[in-house]
Amino acid sequence: MSTVESHASHEHHFAHHFKSADHEFLTSKQGIWLFMVTEILMFGGLFVAYFIFHHIYPGMFAEGAKSLDWRMGFGNTLVLIFSSFTMALGIHQIQKGHNKKAVLSLALTILCGAIFMVVKYFEYTHKFHLGLYPGKYLDVAKVGAEHANLGMYFGFYYLMSGMHGLHVLIGMALIAWVLFRTMRGDFHSHYYTPVEGVGIFWHIIDLIWIFLFPLLYLVG
Amino acid sequence: MAATTHHHNPDVNYINEFKGIGSWLTSLDHKRIGLMYMISVLTFFLFGGIAALGIRLELFSPGQTVMTADQYNQFMTYHGAIMVFMVIVPGIPAILGNFFLPIHVGAKDVAFPRLNLLSWYVFMVGALMGIATLFMHKVDTGWTFYTPYSIKTSGAATMMVVAAFIMGMSSILTGLNFIATVHKLRCPGMTMYRMPLFVWAIYSTAILQLLATPVLGITLLLLAAERILGVGIFDPALGGDPVLFQHFFWFYSHPAVYIMILPAMGVVSELIAAFSRKTIFGYTAIAYSSLGIAAVSFFVWGHHMYVSGQSETAGIVFSFLTMLVGVPTAIKMFNWLATLYRGSISFQSPMLFALGFLFLFMIGGVTGIMLATLAVDVHFHDTYFVVAHFHYVMVGGTLMALMGGFYYWFPKMFGKMYNEGLARVTFVFIFIGFNVTFFPQFILGAMGMPRRYFDYIPAYESLNKISTVGSWLIGIGFLISLYVIIDGLLRGKKAPANPWGAKTLEWQVPSPPPHTNFHHDPVVTAGPYEYR
Ligand SMILES: [Cu+2]
Repeated sequence: MSTVESHASHEHHFAHHFKSADHEFLTSKQGIWLFMVTEILMFGGLFVAYFIFHHIYPGMFAEGAKSLDWRMGFGNTLVLIFSSFTMALGIHQIQKGHNKKAVLSLALTILCGAIFMVVKYFEYTHKFHLGLYPGKYLDVAKVGAEHANLGMYFGFYYLMSGMHGLHVLIGMALIAWVLFRTMRGDFHSHYYTPVEGVGIFWHIIDLIWIFLFPLLYLVG
Repeated sequence: MAATTHHHNPDVNYINEFKGIGSWLTSLDHKRIGLMYMISVLTFFLFGGIAALGIRLELFSPGQTVMTADQYNQFMTYHGAIMVFMVIVPGIPAILGNFFLPIHVGAKDVAFPRLNLLSWYVFMVGALMGIATLFMHKVDTGWTFYTPYSIKTSGAATMMVVAAFIMGMSSILTGLNFIATVHKLRCPGMTMYRMPLFVWAIYSTAILQLLATPVLGITLLLLAAERILGVGIFDPALGGDPVLFQHFFWFYSHPAVYIMILPAMGVVSELIAAFSRKTIFGYTAIAYSSLGIAAVSFFVWGHHMYVSGQSETAGIVFSFLTMLVGVPTAIKMFNWLATLYRGSISFQSPMLFALGFLFLFMIGGVTGIMLATLAVDVHFHDTYFVVAHFHYVMVGGTLMALMGGFYYWFPKMFGKMYNEGLARVTFVFIFIGFNVTFFPQFILGAMGMPRRYFDYIPAYESLNKISTVGSWLIGIGFLISLYVIIDGLLRGKKAPANPWGAKTLEWQVPSPPPHTNFHHDPVVTAGPYEYR
């Protein structure tokens, strides 16, 4: 044990109920993955509801999707895929000990998230402007909809993209937190568990968007 | 390691090592968090119990007895919602599981202690939100929140649904913690097959919590969205499908039935082995039957919708699949019985509750097979037969096991013994009271008395009176239990480390255990039930 003392400054102090820092890392990573399972199942419930009603009302869903601008959605998809790359790069750089470069990668990831949210903001306000509200707030006569229950499509649209957007915001906050800690020098090549965990979260969010994009923008 | 050279003061334990209310509210110790859950759950149990007594009192006579029909609906809703979401689901896992699962596998704590504390706070936020609706427009939907009524009711259903969602998040975090603990924190020599069966049961439960609860979460959010935005997913007037809500709801809530009963089965395995002083019969069969029940439970939800307009083919398939649950359940029953066979049985209070469990759960299980039978259920559906059935499982099963577990582990948790004679008296009251309350309900159901109703025809009166008297006996039984607990805490004599002579790890450490559970890192060389 005494040998640890000599380079204690560079050794992560793991919690008392673990055998080693590695033990702590593997356990934490398993915890993150288990949490991701619940996230996927939660969105899974939404997807199932979507598929059931898309099956019943294909025309209504096509009408709804037509009023979205697929170029915005596609652009956002590219932005998120790029952000997944910068996130992975950031983790890799911390593992290699290049913390300065990692800070840049993480900042780029947050920037991508912000671009995504800004685009979403313009999409939402544009829909509101056209009167395309969810559920009972959509005035079918006013927007001249062909299908009487078009509000249901926009219910799905706002719920699914809203839930996803909320996760993007949470992800950005988490990345900002690990970015701050990276700058403070908390992480190094032997300890980067929180960065890795946040990274897994971010990838799953991106993955969910890759399914949401065709379902919301391209059906028809 | 360095730790072994420390001097251990035998009077220092997890309760008295740190002092003050703040040291409890910020504690990361799984044992303290378990006790915090215990205090909250017991308080909610009191609320739910009072609501139950109110329901039975109203049904003492036909017509209006002590409350209006609207108040009756509210009592029924709060009884169900409180007992399910705040008592039975968190009950055994969050209290006994939190306290004993880490010790059982030889760990110093759960994998994520901070997350564990967070899950208690999340639970409390959800529970208090649910309770807060009592001071708003009270909810009258029943705990199942069936659409389309739950969309239209003026009760504070949105708040209640969000509360249930939040408590679900807490349940997920607890389950996640337990899975990681079992996978990663077992001490040297603690193979999966040396874990106590209680751990196997809590582990199977945790898998269910993790996989089923998110679906409930999204269902409840969709219901909230339905009420706020009128999306129309569950509203037939807007082109939606109210039966879809039932599908979504029961996709969680049937597995949730096993979230409620599997931990009880784990407790019973411990009690029967310890008080038969015998190696448990069929260890692997019991362990895997827990996983088997968990797996099958995801494919049986349709048995709640035999008469809701789902297709007949679906009904037949769900009927068959539901009966399959009987197989792993019966495997457990027979193994427990085989353990009792030629064991040196002692009838101490925990064992009485375990034997009571076997008896009542068997009735609950067999009537479950009757209800799973498609043709029979068309008659029994939504009658008191169903009410009797699930109370035999939830109360006769889970609550009996919880009481047995409390008495069994009380000396370990608090380092005090309780009054054994009085504890047996509580068993007599609860066991007899339970049967007096719920057995007549089987007959009422067979006679066709519908459930949930405020009123009934005079033909049902005498059996309803018997049932209500039974509820008073249960109430007295729990009041005596409360006295036994308080008396034990205040005046109980000091408990030895192993009052029952049991073999699992928690009995090898002092009562109450030290903050880090073990003074020396444990190394396991034998199974959990090496009696003879
Ligand atoms: Cu069921």
